[in-house]
Amino acid sequence: MSEPIKTDVLIIGAGPCGLFAVFELGLLDMKAHVIDILDKIGGQCAELYPEKPIYDIPGLPYVTGQGLTDALLAQIKPFGATFHLQEMVQTVEKIGDPLFRVTTDRGRRFEVKVIVIAAGGGSFQPKRPPIPGIEAYEGSSVFYSVRQIEALRGQRVVIAGGGDSALDWTLNLAPVSRHLTLVHRRSEFRAAPDSVNKMMKLVGEGKIDFVLGQISALAGEGGRLAKAIVKGSDGSNFEIACDALLPFFGLTMKLGPVTDWGMAMKDGEYILVDTAAFESSVPGIFAIGDISWYPGKLKLILSGFHEGALMAQKAYHYVYPGKRLVFQYTTSSTSLQKKLGVA
Amino acid sequence: MPKITYIDHEGTARTVEGEIGSTVMETAIKNGVPGIEAECGGACACATCHVHVDQAWRAVVGEPSPMEEDMLDFGYDVQADSRLSCQIKVTAELEGLVVRTPERQA
Repeated sequence: MSEPIKTDVLIIGAGPCGLFAVFELGLLDMKAHVIDILDKIGGQCAELYPEKPIYDIPGLPYVTGQGLTDALLAQIKPFGATFHLQEMVQTVEKIGDPLFRVTTDRGRRFEVKVIVIAAGGGSFQPKRPPIPGIEAYEGSSVFYSVRQIEALRGQRVVIAGGGDSALDWTLNLAPVSRHLTLVHRRSEFRAAPDSVNKMMKLVGEGKIDFVLGQISALAGEGGRLAKAIVKGSDGSNFEIACDALLPFFGLTMKLGPVTDWGMAMKDGEYILVDTAAFESSVPGIFAIGDISWYPGKLKLILSGFHEGALMAQKAYHYVYPGKRLVFQYTTSSTSLQKKLGVA
Repeated sequence: MPKITYIDHEGTARTVEGEIGSTVMETAIKNGVPGIEAECGGACACATCHVHVDQAWRAVVGEPSPMEEDMLDFGYDVQADSRLSCQIKVTAELEGLVVRTPERQA
């Protein structure tokens, strides 16, 4: 196993609150690593509504989700946070006072004095299509992502969905699989037009099949898929013999392993924090943004910014025990301006 | 204020008053009508406020926009009568509207 990464703070979640936490921590000389399950920075702002307007960020009458993400990235640039994308924290173990050992689903390890959970609605996970009994095939015949193309060589593959993931994997797996069928409920696609054209060409050449409809049931034994039953858009039912099914229906948010880390929760859904420092019941683990709860909590980005600022004040005393913290303004403090690279 | 009826998958009907200018999703959430989740808060960025529009009302309510169609791909049991309720504006013409909520939101 590789050496653990030793740093001051690990921030879980690269949404707006996680990003602004880098800023507030950075002003107080704390170094942060940021981890996020998505393949991009910005959390819900980037994943759910990159082009949609937000009207209630103080001082910004209008900004899109992506615009806010880009602006925050520019704002935190001086602090050089390290990002770990497409990675999820699995376990958190207290090994000091406070010192935490953190492991991720990729086997990476951290040793940090402070953890800031800014995970919003939880981690984005592939959406499971509402096909009865699909769980029995997951991991053996049903896959929500493709880690190794070779594992599907020579197999009869069914891909479901109409977005970029569905189309990209249709094109990538067409030459590898024994037979490939794309199932989508309508003849329009959300995917890039170029991918759709390429897919249609393969259909025209008889290399793959395209079927209009929705998968309604699966049949097989011992986790091994034998066929998918499709309800056609004309109401007819038919079967497709297959060894593997790849559903691509976007992402949904799930709380994930957060509940196992020993913190007091509210309704099993939110991390209970105090409003002086937004610290959880485990000293050294803070929670800010949508995932936190306290009386009066509002799920607003602006609230998460405030929570991050107060969190940093307390986190400082864990990272620099015994050191006095002098409150300063960026407008007038030369030392803060030096950290921001403007003085 | 137009009356809107939501029928859940077990057949229970709930009729509430909708405010003109709000949406069919907001009306459900505001009145505690179950069966609509609206995970994204009405940004047409998920498919968890999916409803089936009653046959008699389909022409009045109209068809989904292309963006809404894209999102409906993520819905459960999507049919020709499917709409995302956050994209249906409440108007005076919708007095008496009937929608059915699916067994589950995706």
